[in-house]
Amino acid sequence: MAHGPKPGFSRWLYTTNHKDIGSMYLWFSFTMFLLGGCMALVIRAELFEPGLQIVQPEFFNQMTTMHGLIMVFGAVMPAFVGLANWMIPMMIGAPDMALPRMNNWSFWILPFAFAMLASTLFMDGGAPNFGWTFYAPLSTEYAPPSTTFFIFSIHIMGASSIMGAINIIATILNMRAPGMTLMKMPLFVWTWLITAYLLIAVMPVLAGVVTMMLMDIHFGTSFFSAAGGGDPVLFQHVFWFFGHPEVYIMILPAFGIISAIIPTFARKPLFGYSSMVYATASIAFLSFIVWAHHMFTVGMPVAGELFFMYATMLIAVPTGVKVFNWVTTMFRGSMTFETPMLFAIAFVILFTIGGFSGLMLAIAPADFQYHDTYFVVAHFHYVLVPGAIFSITAGVYYWLPKWTGNMYNETMGKVHFWLAFIGLNVTFFPMHFVGLAGMPRRIPDYSLQFADFNQIASMGAFLFGAAQIVFLFNVIRTVMGGKKATDEVWDNPEGLEWTVPSPAPYHTFSTPPAVR
Amino acid sequence: MQLSENAKLTAKLLALAGSMLVFAVFIMPPLYDAFCDITGLNGKTGDRYEAVPAAVDSHRKVKVQFVASQNESMPWDFRPSVVSMTVHPGEPVDTVFLARNPTTRDMVGQAIPSLVPFKAANYFHKTECFCFNQQTLKAGESAELPLRFIVDPDLPPGVNTITLSYTLFDVTEKFTRNLNNKNADSEREG
Repeated sequence: MAHGPKPGFSRWLYTTNHKDIGSMYLWFSFTMFLLGGCMALVIRAELFEPGLQIVQPEFFNQMTTMHGLIMVFGAVMPAFVGLANWMIPMMIGAPDMALPRMNNWSFWILPFAFAMLASTLFMDGGAPNFGWTFYAPLSTEYAPPSTTFFIFSIHIMGASSIMGAINIIATILNMRAPGMTLMKMPLFVWTWLITAYLLIAVMPVLAGVVTMMLMDIHFGTSFFSAAGGGDPVLFQHVFWFFGHPEVYIMILPAFGIISAIIPTFARKPLFGYSSMVYATASIAFLSFIVWAHHMFTVGMPVAGELFFMYATMLIAVPTGVKVFNWVTTMFRGSMTFETPMLFAIAFVILFTIGGFSGLMLAIAPADFQYHDTYFVVAHFHYVLVPGAIFSITAGVYYWLPKWTGNMYNETMGKVHFWLAFIGLNVTFFPMHFVGLAGMPRRIPDYSLQFADFNQIASMGAFLFGAAQIVFLFNVIRTVMGGKKATDEVWDNPEGLEWTVPSPAPYHTFSTPPAVR
Repeated sequence: MQLSENAKLTAKLLALAGSMLVFAVFIMPPLYDAFCDITGLNGKTGDRYEAVPAAVDSHRKVKVQFVASQNESMPWDFRPSVVSMTVHPGEPVDTVFLARNPTTRDMVGQAIPSLVPFKAANYFHKTECFCFNQQTLKAGESAELPLRFIVDPDLPPGVNTITLSYTLFDVTEKFTRNLNNKNADSEREG
C-alpha cells in the first residue's frame, strides 16, 4: 500500500493528497502575501511625504483596493485552509480529507480567480478602485469596466472557500479516529470546524451581493440604485452581514494555532479547554448580530446604535476568556522562547491591543469621530497582522520540522521575529495617533501635520517587508535540508501529529491510531 | 458506507450554502424594505395615499420645508415653487415643483423623496406626487410638477418641522432601454 507521490508536475495537478494540497495552499498564499505586500509598499511609499510623488490618485485607489482584496482572500484565507489541510487529518487520526477530489478542485480554481483579479490592473480604466468593501454606488454606477472581472473572481473564490469548508466539516465529523470524541479534539480542529460553518453561512451572502451588483451594472436592476427605487445603504447591510463573520473567519483558526503552541512551550496543558470551545462558539454566534457597527454613521435610530454597540462589546467577554486562558497557561510554566512561541506571545499582546482599539470603535458616539480615519486602519491591522499573519507564521515555524523533517534555523527565525515585531509596531502604532488627529483613510495625500508619523509608518512598513524575505529564505533552506528533526520535534508536545515520523510520510494513519 | 455519509453531509451543507445565497438575494432586500417601511428609517415616504376625510387640527401648526437637488449627472433645473409653508395636520395641501430641461435632447427624470425626521416619515401622506412616475421633458421644455399631501393628525408631538427632499435622477438611458426591450418583446410576439 505504501506508494509515494507521482513524479513531475502532474503530481501537483492531479494530487488528492491532503499534504500536497496543503503545501500548495501555503505557497499560493505566501505568493499572494508578497504581491499584496508590494501593493502596501506602494501605498506607504506614496504616503512617505505629503503631496503626490510616486503614483496618481487613481492608481493609489487601485492599490488600496487590491491590497485589501488580495490580503483577505488571497493570503490569509488560503493560508488557514492550507494549515487545515495539512494538520486536521493528522490531528484527528484520519488518513486524508473526506473529499479529496473536491479538495484538489477547490485549490486549483484559486490561481485562476486571482489571475483574473490581478489582470484587471492591466485593463482600460484600471483595476477596481472602490476599496475592498466595494460600497455601491462606487462599485456599480461609478466603477471601472473591469469590475465585472472582479465580480466573477469573487464568485470563484467563494466557490473555493465553500468547497474547502464542506471538506473540512466532512473530515472532522466523519473521519475522526475511534476514541477521538469532539471534546478531545485539538482546539485548532475545533476552531476550524466553527470557522467552516461560518464560511458556509456567509460566503454565499458575498456571492449574492456581488451578483446583485452584476445585475445592477448589466441587467438594469436597481438593488442599490436610488434612482430606480433601490437603496445604497442596503448594500452596506448585506456586505457587512458577510463582512463581520468574515473577520472572525480570519481570526478563529488563529486562536486554534496559538492554543496549540503556547502549551508546548509553557510545558503545561492548555488552561480551560472547554471554556475555549464555548468561547469560540459564542464569538461565532455573536459575529452575526453586530454587523451594523461598521456603519454607525449611516443614519440609524438610537435604538439600533445602542443594540449594535452593546452586542459588539459583548464579544469582548469570550475573547477575554481566551486571552485569560492563554496567559494562565503560561503562568508558572517552564517557558522557553523558540520562534513559534515568540510569535505566539506577540500574538497575545498585540491582538489584545487591537481588541481594545476595537472596543473604542464600538462606542457608537465616539465612532463618529474615528469613522473612516487611520484609527480604523490601525485597529484592523493590529488584529489582522499580529492576529492572522503572526499566528500563521507561528504555525509554519511550529509544524515546519514535521512537514520537512528538518529544523529551521533558529537564529534566522528570531531575526525574522524581531524585524517583523518592530516593523509592525513602527508601521501601525503611529496610525492610531494620526487617526485620532483626523487623517482620513484611503487618500494619497494629506495635511502637513500628519507628515512625521506617516514617515515613521512608511519606514516601519519597509522593515516589515524585509522581514518576510528572511522568512522566505529560512523556509526554503529548511525545505532543502538542515539539521534533522526528531519525531516529537519539541519537548513533549501534545497531539497525534507528533506520533508520526518526521518528515510526515506521504500517507499517515492508513490504520486509525489508538486515542488515549 | 463512508462515502454515502460524506455525500449526505455534503448535500446538506451545499443546501445550507444555497439557501444562504437565496436569503441574500431574494430575502434580505425585501426584508430591508419592509423594515424601512415600518420604521421610516431611510426617510422614504409611502406610495399613493387614499385620502380619508379627517378633522383638520387647526390648533397645531407644522412647518414643511422643501428641498430639491439634482443627482450629479442630471442637468435639469429643478426647484420647489415655495421653499417652506406652514400647514395644519389633516389639511390637504397643494404645491408644485418646477422643472426645466435645458438640454437639446429629450430626457426622462425620476425624483426620489427622502424625509427627515425619520419618525415623521409614516405621518406624511402624499395623495398626488410627481415622484410616483417618471417625468419626460422634451428638449428645452418646462413643467410644473404637482404634489398634494396631508400631514397626519397623529404626527408625533415634538415634530414641528418636516423637511421633504427630492433628488432628481437622470433615468433616460434606463427608461428608454426598458421601452426598447418592451417594443422588441411585442414585436417578437406580434
